[in-house]
Amino acid sequence: MTTSDYLSAALLTTGGLFFLAGTFGLLRFPDVFTRLHALTKADNVGLGLTVAGLALQVDSWAVAGKLLLIWLLALLAGATVSYLIAQGALRLGIRPWKR
Amino acid sequence: MSVALFYALAGAGLFSIGLHALLVHRHLLRKILAVNVMGSGVFLVLAAMAAPNAIALSDPVPHAMIITGIVVAVAATALALVLMLKLTAETGQAVLPGREEENS
Amino acid sequence: METLISWAIDVALVLLVVSLAWRALASTDLFKAIVLFIAFGLVLTLVWVRLNATDVALAEAAIGAGVTGALLLAAYAKLRATSPDAIVDRAGGISGIGAISLLILILLVAAALGYAVWTLPSDYAGLGKEVAANLDQSGVSNPVTAVLLNFRGYDTLLEIMVLLLALLGAWSLGITIPRPEAAPGLVLDTLSRLLVPLLILVAAYLLWVGAHAPGGAFQAGAVLAAAGVLMLLSGRELPAALATWPLRLALVLGPATFLMLAVITLILEGRVLKLSPEWAGRLILIIETTATISIGVTLTALFMGAPPGEEDR
Repeated sequence: MTTSDYLSAALLTTGGLFFLAGTFGLLRFPDVFTRLHALTKADNVGLGLTVAGLALQVDSWAVAGKLLLIWLLALLAGATVSYLIAQGALRLGIRPWKR
Repeated sequence: MSVALFYALAGAGLFSIGLHALLVHRHLLRKILAVNVMGSGVFLVLAAMAAPNAIALSDPVPHAMIITGIVVAVAATALALVLMLKLTAETGQAVLPGREEENS
Repeated sequence: METLISWAIDVALVLLVVSLAWRALASTDLFKAIVLFIAFGLVLTLVWVRLNATDVALAEAAIGAGVTGALLLAAYAKLRATSPDAIVDRAGGISGIGAISLLILILLVAAALGYAVWTLPSDYAGLGKEVAANLDQSGVSNPVTAVLLNFRGYDTLLEIMVLLLALLGAWSLGITIPRPEAAPGLVLDTLSRLLVPLLILVAAYLLWVGAHAPGGAFQAGAVLAAAGVLMLLSGRELPAALATWPLRLALVLGPATFLMLAVITLILEGRVLKLSPEWAGRLILIIETTATISIGVTLTALFMGAPPGEEDR
């Protein structure tokens, strides 16, 4: 294994941990808004780290560019969808959770 | 047991789950979902049989058939959903006629 | 070790797929059932990747999970808006002895299916070798595209006709899917402004790449439909000038081109859709381009429901 392989493994593992933490948050957090928070963290950072880890393994810039594009699209879609879900929840009268 | 056989058995399982739901549930939307799950089970058997062992060349014909099947399934689902909406608009219930009296 | 990890992934995926299907079909809330069904489609996509069926994975993600999910959610919204009573799924109509005998019957069916699958010959060679041997005659280098558009082109012709027929059936019932009642807002509008051009680009890429790598007309058409659905959701209507004959033209462009080619090849080559090797590549590109447009427009139209302009019949 080369240095970039070790770096990839580290990035992918960290990304996986973010997804794990996000999933726990999604299952354990008390209301829709905090769950969205957990979910978008996992998606944005976890997928970002995964893409970075995979980009180190490809041999052409075109493929790395496509991977980056996938991450940007997921960021855009994730942000929009969680905004829409939160807005929909507010319209339905769901108040943010308070301790 | 080979990987392909494992997936093929899972496909048979999905088909059975879908068939059970199709017969048990009364709501038409649920029946449409059930038919889709049954179809996915059939596709899974086809795809698993496309590469029955690791040495064989992956067979593109079943793959093409599955793609055709997925498109036909979405066409059938769309038509079934509109039929369900029409029935609901006429009768007020998304249940097949002749079955709404049972248990009610 | 590696085979162990590989097996662990396969077992986990199958458990996930089966439990998602089970929960989607058993959960009491219909909305939850639809969301679980979409998740089922996405995990199934991973299964296709595991089975080396990347073309199928793309079709499943775009059509099986994406378009079907959008159609299901639209139908659910319509049900909720028009007859709130009808979205309640009352518990099954079968109980007691009937339910038990049905369960036994299904278990027998499952066992018979399992036995049939178990005893399938594992040394079956398939048609992979034949396809590979004739691939350079087909005009494309992706074997799945070669089968879809050349070797078994008549299947695909009929499939496109099925799609068109489904739309004609849906239109003739005159059911409209309600537009979102609230204003879509700036965020969704911005998203659709950014995404729609990109989705059209992705569709063109999938169409082009289908000749030599996973992709093709159906995946591209579904991505085009995603752009159409996104535009409808963000409150954009089809302009009235386009809703008449241009819409119909876009709908029949693919089927008509394909059908015309079938007739021409029948006359010139003596067999339906027999593409001569030196023309096959170009002909496949023409069929796929027109089919992509028609598939995209047809799937978007299925999402709309009744033909535009005739909503208030």
